Amino acid sequence: MTGLAFLIPIALGMGLLGLAAFFWSMKDGQYDDMDGAAARILIEDEDEPA
Amino acid sequence: MNAPTVLSADDASTLTTTRFTVPGMKCAGCIGKIERELPKVSGIAAARANFSAKRVAIQHDPSLGEDALTAALLSLGFEAQPVAEADLLGPLAVEVEERKRLNRALGVAGFGMMNIMLLSVSVWSGADGATRELFHWLSALIALPVIAYAGRPFFASAWMALSHRRTNMDVPISIGVILATCLSLYETITGGSHAYFDSAVMLLFFLLAGRALDAEMRTRTRAGIGALLGRMGKSASVIAPDGTTRRIAAKDLEPGMLVLVAAGEAMAADGEVVEGISAIDNAMLTGESAPEPVAPGAVVHAGAINLSAPIRVTLTRVAEDTAIAEIARLMDEAGQSRSHYVRIADRASRLYAPVVHSLAALAFAGWMIAGAGWHQSLTIAIAVLIITCPCAMGLAVPAAQVVAAGALLRRGLLVKDGSALERLAECDVALLDKTGTLTLGAPRADVSALDSEARAVALGLAQASRHPLSRGLAAALLREGVTPATITGIAEVSGQGLTGTWQGLAVGLERPEDAGEALATLLRIGAAVQTIPFADPLRADAAATLTALGREGLSASILSGDRAAPVAAVADKLGLEAQAEASPQAKLAALEALKAQGRRPLMVGDGLNDGPALAAAHASIAPGTASDASQQAADAVFIGEGLMPVALAVRVARKTMRIVRENFAFSIAYNLLAVPLALTGLATPLVAAIAMSVSSLVVVANSLRLARAAQ
Repeated sequence: MTGLAFLIPIALGMGLLGLAAFFWSMKDGQYDDMDGAAARILIEDEDEPA
Repeated sequence: MNAPTVLSADDASTLTTTRFTVPGMKCAGCIGKIERELPKVSGIAAARANFSAKRVAIQHDPSLGEDALTAALLSLGFEAQPVAEADLLGPLAVEVEERKRLNRALGVAGFGMMNIMLLSVSVWSGADGATRELFHWLSALIALPVIAYAGRPFFASAWMALSHRRTNMDVPISIGVILATCLSLYETITGGSHAYFDSAVMLLFFLLAGRALDAEMRTRTRAGIGALLGRMGKSASVIAPDGTTRRIAAKDLEPGMLVLVAAGEAMAADGEVVEGISAIDNAMLTGESAPEPVAPGAVVHAGAINLSAPIRVTLTRVAEDTAIAEIARLMDEAGQSRSHYVRIADRASRLYAPVVHSLAALAFAGWMIAGAGWHQSLTIAIAVLIITCPCAMGLAVPAAQVVAAGALLRRGLLVKDGSALERLAECDVALLDKTGTLTLGAPRADVSALDSEARAVALGLAQASRHPLSRGLAAALLREGVTPATITGIAEVSGQGLTGTWQGLAVGLERPEDAGEALATLLRIGAAVQTIPFADPLRADAAATLTALGREGLSASILSGDRAAPVAAVADKLGLEAQAEASPQAKLAALEALKAQGRRPLMVGDGLNDGPALAAAHASIAPGTASDASQQAADAVFIGEGLMPVALAVRVARKTMRIVRENFAFSIAYNLLAVPLALTGLATPLVAAIAMSVSSLVVVANSLRLARAAQ
């Protein structure tokens, strides 16, 4: 039973972490341009000599 | 990867950002081109394209005006329109914000549901005593803030409905969730054995998923449609009595002013030509693509584009009085009637809510009479409410509509929202515009009579001009795979044509002498002259589409603003009734008359003159080549050269409604099975959770059958 004292906070903490990550990704605008994100992978980067 | 150029803080503070709508952005290459090439223009620091919204945000030096930026985009091959700041704060922005709120609520509900389930499963599998109490307390700790946050959209909407003495789907939902929470809290505090926190949160999660799907469908398609009336000229060169000219903004123009309209400029107000001969492109107002010749005395409208030579125009109607503004107002008023439409989900809940609530009340009264004590009676009444809470019902409509909209999107039809699908399914008569709807709307050159040499010369000449006929000719020749001949010394004389030299021969594309009804151009090579006729052909599948509409029980007729003769020709060919020379007001009146007879008209049209009719019709569809205003007013937009998406839309919409009704029938049947359990007091939290998730899954699975509906 003492295991619960560790496991429940860990489970909740991981859930909260996921929720925080979701909020961050929304605020970061990662869902603003879903079609664009799919298309951008096809753009060829120009390899400019540094 | 391809991130916008990072600017230092000092730079950023001196730069301004302007947003442009760029409808021509169609592929990854376009994004790359815009983001790579624009910053090379001096004064532009960075450009960032949003592909879904078809917008480009440009960070630039404040000294660079909108015109210069539009020109920079045009030089890359993209037509662009600046997005007014008002649009960024307008209804579209509100909708985006609402969608984000729903997504956040969905995230919170998902988090709460997973964690509470974790605890609930332990309780169901036999945890009791102190452990069960601890788990109930933990569940309460998670559930209360989650319900308060994720339930807000429902509580707010239910409160709104109740304060207007109406009821909607959200009223039974809110009552169910709040009662379930209160009962569970009471059970937790008194150390009882049943807590329904998991049901309450799961219910919110499933319902939010339905709402989020609905909102997603609404914003996805609307974002691509540009600003209303964006093509109207924003300023004009006014000629003062002393002969000097100055630019005056459209809203400050006054009737009686004399303005100079350069070739390629859009009119900013209505007026009468006093000097100069030219041709104007009236496509925005009438949807007619052929340029219209104008001479002194001709009336020109705001939004028309002067194509060939400068003209002087005396303004007659300005700002709010122009024909365009009048049409916009008509559209606005006609659109009002649509907001009274009651969605099927709300219609269902009007029947459903009273039944459920009286059932719960009866259960309470029945158990009290049977002598069960108020605590047990109340528990049973609330269990009835929880188990009948329209969880699957909340998903029944949006799940089916989103899947159907996705299927239609793959076939080239964008449906703007769920209510559009519901209204499309109910249409029983179709009215079609001619030009641009039944026909392609762009003049197609018939080049079959030309030999390969003539084709090469014609393409060499046509490429050099922006005249609609030249562009149509060039497009037709390019489709045939013609390589242009090298032509030197090309000169364009407005209203006359193009001349040049090819292998020492004088060549030209000229206006035919008898520039009458039929569109044509003359190709001259040395002494030889050939006529290239133009036609605006019917869409290839127009007849097949009308047959398909007939199979769905929709009788079609033509409602066109074009002259009687060409309309009659098309009507004969397709065997339809036709009304020609209809003004926007007449089109609107025709629709109102049909509606007064109790019919539900479907309007298909493209021109701005169809705008009010599109807004007033029970449902409306516009082709992707339609004016912005018409696309805005229509419920759905189809792209491509076929008309078949129109018939497909009706068929899929009806199929969708069939699935929606099946979903409703299923969730009601499920409730009929579950209610006896709840009434007899056997609805434990486990039963409620299973009932809820299984019915939701079945509804979603049934809706997925629509994915192949458009094939």
